[in-house]
Amino acid sequence: MSELQRTPLRDFHAAHGARLVDFAGWEMPVQYRSILEEHKAVRRTAGLFDVSHMGEVDVQGPAAGRFLNHLVTNDVAKLFPGRVLYSPMCQPDGGVVDDLLVYMRGAEDYFLCINAGNIAKDLAWIRAQAAAFDVKITDRSADYALLAVQGPKAAEIVQSLTGAKLGLVKYYHFSEATVAGVHCLASRTGYTGEDGFELYHAAADAPALAEALLAAGLPHGLELAGLGARDSLRLEAGYPLYGHEITAEISPLTAGLGWTVKLDKGADFVGRAALLAEKTQGGARRVVFFRTGDRRIVRADTPVLDAAGAPVGRVLSGTLSPILNEAIGSALVPAAAAAAPLAVDIRGTKLPLQVVKPPFVPLKKV
Amino acid sequence: MSTIPAELRYAKSHEWVRAEGDGTVTIGITDYAQNSLGDITYVQAAKVGAVLKAGDTFGVVESVKAASDLYAPVAGTVLAVNAALDAAPETVNRDPYGDGWMLRLKLADPGSVASLLDAAAYGQLLG
Repeated sequence: MSELQRTPLRDFHAAHGARLVDFAGWEMPVQYRSILEEHKAVRRTAGLFDVSHMGEVDVQGPAAGRFLNHLVTNDVAKLFPGRVLYSPMCQPDGGVVDDLLVYMRGAEDYFLCINAGNIAKDLAWIRAQAAAFDVKITDRSADYALLAVQGPKAAEIVQSLTGAKLGLVKYYHFSEATVAGVHCLASRTGYTGEDGFELYHAAADAPALAEALLAAGLPHGLELAGLGARDSLRLEAGYPLYGHEITAEISPLTAGLGWTVKLDKGADFVGRAALLAEKTQGGARRVVFFRTGDRRIVRADTPVLDAAGAPVGRVLSGTLSPILNEAIGSALVPAAAAAAPLAVDIRGTKLPLQVVKPPFVPLKKV
Repeated sequence: MSTIPAELRYAKSHEWVRAEGDGTVTIGITDYAQNSLGDITYVQAAKVGAVLKAGDTFGVVESVKAASDLYAPVAGTVLAVNAALDAAPETVNRDPYGDGWMLRLKLADPGSVASLLDAAAYGQLLG
């Protein structure tokens, strides 16, 4: 077995009682105290997540903006310095290579945040697409640590450690800020559906910043939160996870991410023709989100059945919503079946799926 | 470290058994088991009146992570199940040897409990 990669906070996690597991080749905290309690703490007050396993890539040069608009489906031309954009990055057939955040620092200076499990694949893909563009692609993944503070108290907690006016940093914007003496790129983004910041900083500074955030957050009820809570929070918010709702075989349109596919942005992009065809003809399949009204978790790969009990699709993600106290999830089904009665069989009990439009819980607008 | 009460008996499949001294036993899962499973979200146990052989599955315990079968360490007839776990399955995490009990059995063979692991042997199993 190959060695697991470690973030600069591995010992911090161990010292705080984390249960460490292999996540995409990284030794990461899946939980500290309880996934359910950490989840509720993020909805109620705040949680601190180490997501330093995520990849970071600099895209720089005269053609950086034009290249990125070719690479991703959303409209990079809409960015201005200090603005963040979420976008899928697609294959020519419309399947997804990865989903990522694009940060615009300057006219020729962009920064990407990509999924940990996809770093090598993404870099190869990005470099291959960049051949005809005057851009420089630099893997910065090892240089950066990333801490996410998420929850209704998150902004107040981070603000208590910086002189920067974080109130001026709106949702999906970012700013340079010195937080607890650590130089950070403070991004008002997250993967929980709550307000909060993601703080990119030098890897060597991570233990000091984590301790400072924890100390500042404790009086507000902040808890350390692991990847278990991160997953249930994102599913409750209705956010896709690469490898589940979006994959090489599931396009962003199929996944319900049509708002991130700007077919008319005035630039051709990888996957445009296929996505245009899917939009014009209507996709054969759809990702739907469901709840069951029952506590039994409907796990990924569970067959989805039609009214006659015949398998028509499969579950992509499933967990217990700690807020609703019932099973929630997503499933891939034929488009024609999405509005018809669907069910799953859990150990001999047939549970009807109630298809809903996420988020599953009301989320506060930032 | 897991708690392993000295007065209980154990199965290799991580259930505990408490002899009540009247031919009945109470059964649950061990502290080690609840800790390995993580947040328990659902407990499904056999129906009252069900007749179980030793090694039969008597239900399922689900956590955020996974669903695991529960095995009857001894043979008997189900006298009661812990209905409080329907609404509060996390009780098994909090108090696995107390309020988190799962099943009461009338033993088919009152001597069968003696064949189970004692606390020392179960502790050795956990290493």
